[in-house]
Amino acid sequence: MAAKKKTAKKLKTDKEELLKYYRDMLLIRRFEEKAGQLYGMGQIAGFCHLYIGQEAVVVGARAGMIEGDQMITGYRDHGHMLACGMESRGVMAELTGRSGGYSRGKGGSMHMFSTEKHFYGGHGIVGAQVPIGAGLALANKYTENGNVSLAFFGDGASNQGQVYEAFNMAKLWDLPVVFVIENNQYAMGTSVQRSSAETELFKRGSSFEIEGLQVDGMNVLEVRDAAKKAIKHARDGKGPMILEMKTYRYRGHSMSDPAKYRSRDEVTKTRSERDPIDMAKAHLLDEKWVDEAELKAIDKEIKAIVADAAEFAQTSPEPDPSELYTDVLLPVDAA
Amino acid sequence: MGQATKRMNMIEAIRDALDVKMTEDSDVLVFGEDVGYFGGVFRATAGLQEKHGLHRCFDTPISEGGIVGIAIGMASNGLRPVAEIQFADYIYPGYDQIASEAARLRYRSNGEFSAPLTIRTPVGGGIYGGTTHSQSPEALFTHIAGLKTVIPSNPYDAKGMLITAIEDNDPVLFLEPKRLYNGPFYGDPHIPSVSWAKHELGDVPEGHYTVPFGSVRRITEGPDLTILAYGTMVWVAEAAAKEAGVQADILDLRALLPLDIEAIAESVKKTGRCLILHEATRTSGFGAELSAQVAEACFFSLEAPIVRVTGWDTPYPHAQEWAYFPGPKRVMNGIRKVMGQA
Ligand SMILES: Cc1ncc(C[n+]2csc(CCOP(=O)(O)OP(=O)(O)O)c2C)c(N)n1
Ligand SMILES: [Mg+2]
Repeated sequence: MAAKKKTAKKLKTDKEELLKYYRDMLLIRRFEEKAGQLYGMGQIAGFCHLYIGQEAVVVGARAGMIEGDQMITGYRDHGHMLACGMESRGVMAELTGRSGGYSRGKGGSMHMFSTEKHFYGGHGIVGAQVPIGAGLALANKYTENGNVSLAFFGDGASNQGQVYEAFNMAKLWDLPVVFVIENNQYAMGTSVQRSSAETELFKRGSSFEIEGLQVDGMNVLEVRDAAKKAIKHARDGKGPMILEMKTYRYRGHSMSDPAKYRSRDEVTKTRSERDPIDMAKAHLLDEKWVDEAELKAIDKEIKAIVADAAEFAQTSPEPDPSELYTDVLLPVDAA
Repeated sequence: MGQATKRMNMIEAIRDALDVKMTEDSDVLVFGEDVGYFGGVFRATAGLQEKHGLHRCFDTPISEGGIVGIAIGMASNGLRPVAEIQFADYIYPGYDQIASEAARLRYRSNGEFSAPLTIRTPVGGGIYGGTTHSQSPEALFTHIAGLKTVIPSNPYDAKGMLITAIEDNDPVLFLEPKRLYNGPFYGDPHIPSVSWAKHELGDVPEGHYTVPFGSVRRITEGPDLTILAYGTMVWVAEAAAKEAGVQADILDLRALLPLDIEAIAESVKKTGRCLILHEATRTSGFGAELSAQVAEACFFSLEAPIVRVTGWDTPYPHAQEWAYFPGPKRVMNGIRKVMGQA
C-alpha cells in the first residue's frame, strides 16, 4: 500500500470535457473576484475566504463523482458549492447575509448546505468536517446506496487530531470516503514546513494502511484522474484513499491578511507559471478546440452570471428579525 | 505608584505583559497557532519571537487538544506556559484537557502536582464573526472546579491581570473581549469607535504590576441600581446607564472565578436593585450563577426582581449581528424593568 508520488504524464481529454472544466473553473474565479469586490464595498461583513488559485482541485474532483456522491469541506467553500451545482445567487446572497442566501443569512460565507446537491457544508471549525465526511460514508455503506463521500480539508487542518481518528475508523471499516487534502502550503500565516513533521501529506495515512497519492492540484486533468481512481477504489469497497492536492491560494487567508509570511514573487511565479485556468486555456487553444473569440464569449457569459448573483445578493431582503430564533431546534409541536 | 505609564490599546497591553514576564522568567513560554513567526492573528505576540527567540515564542500546528495538553505537561514539569487559542470558538477540541486534566491535577494528586498554565483566548461578538467566531463560552469554564476564569475590559486590567495569571499557581483561562482590543465599545456600531489612547484606562504602567483576581472594578458609582457586567458589556452598561439617566453602581467583575461576591453584595444591599449583563446565551449562562448568589446574599434588601439582559438562546448569527448583540437599547429596557418603570 506504500504511498507514492505521481509522475507527470500526457492526459487524455476532448474538446467538450475540457471546455466544461474551463467554464466551471472560470465561474469560480469570477465569482470569487466579485465576492472580493463586494467585500471591499462593505456589502459582505466578517470572514470571507476566497478559493482563487485552487479551482482545479474541486472541478477535477467533481469530475470523478456521480449523482448522489457527497462533498463536505471547511470554510473556503464557495468553489465547492458552485462545483456541486448550487446556485451562484444563493451562495452570494449568503455572503451578504440576506434572506435569499442558502442559510438565510444565518451561516455566512463559511456555513452553507444543500441536500439537493449533496453538499454537507461549509464548516468553520478547522478539521471538524473530516470525521463527519467519514460518517457520511458509513451511512452510504450501511444503506448500500453505492455512493462515496469526499471530505476536503487543508494542509493546516491535517494536523488536527480528529483527522487521524477518522483515518483509522475509515480504514478499519473500509468506508467509501476519499480524503482530499488541499495543500496550498499555508495555514493562515504558517507554512507547512513550520507546522508539520511530515510535509508530504499524502503519506499521512501510511500507518493506517491508507493509500495516498500526491497530485498536481493545478492541473485539472491530473486531479480528475486521481479523483476517478480514488473514488472507484472507495466505491469498490476497498476503503478510503488520500489525495494530496498540491495547490496554491493567490489571495490572503481571509480578507484582512497582511501577507507578510510569503513573498510577492512566490505568488506571482505560481500565478504566471501554474495557473489552472490559464493552463486549460492554453490547452484548448493549442488543440484549436476554441479560438479567442469563443473564449471571450464564454467570459462574457460567466461575467453575466456573476453580475446577476451580485445584484441578487444586494437586493435580496434582509432576513426577517424572527428568523433569528428559528432552526435552533424543531418547534415542540413539530418535533 | 510613581511608575511611568504609556498609552496602549489592549493588544499592546497584553503583549507588554507577555514581554515583561518573558524577560523576568525564563520558564515563561508563549505559543499557539500563528503566534510565533506571524505574531498572532490579532498581533498580540508580534515581535516576541524576534526578541525572546524561537524556543520561547513559537508556532504550533492547528491542534487545540495537543496545544492544551502539551501546556499542561509543561506546567506540571516546572514551566509557565502561556498558550493562545486563536478564538474561544476553537477551544472545544482542547476542552477535555482543560476540564479533565488541567483543572483536576491538583485535587487528584493530593496537591502534589498542579498545572500553572495560562490559556489566552479572544471571546465575544461585535465583529461580524458569525457562529464560529463570536462565542462567549465562559460558563462552560466557570462550571469546572479547579480553574480560574477571568476577563479584563481595558488595557490597564489586561496587562495586570495577565501577569497575575502567569504568576498564579493554578490554571487560568484568560478571556479577551476582542471587540475591545482597539477601544471601548459602547454597543452602537453606528457611532465611530473610540480608541484606548483617549481613555484613562489606556494609560498603562511600564514594567511589572499586577491586578489581583477576586476584586471588582467600580466603573461608576450611584445609588439607583447595581449593574454587574464583564468584558464588552461593561462599556455598553456605562453608555446605557448614561442614556437612561440613572446613577448606577456599575461593577466590572474582571474575575468570574474567584468572584468578588462581597463587593457585589455590598453594592446590591445599598441599591436594592440588580441588573446582570452578558453577551453569552441566557440559559445556564454565568448570569444565572450571579443571580443565584445575589439572591442568596441580598434577598432581604432587594426591592425588585433581579433582571438579566443577555444574548438570545440561539447560535450567534452571521446576519443580524445587532439584533443578537445585547446592545444599549436592550440594556436600557433592562434598567427600566429593574427600576420598576416598565
Ligand atoms: C479548530 C480551529 N482552530 C483554528 C481555527 C482558525 N483557522 C481558520 S482557518 C485556519 C488555517 C487553516 O489552514 P488550512 O487547513 O491549510 O486551510 P486553508 O485556509 O489553507 O484553505 C485557522 C488556523 C479554526 N477555524 N478552527
Ligand atoms: Mg492551507
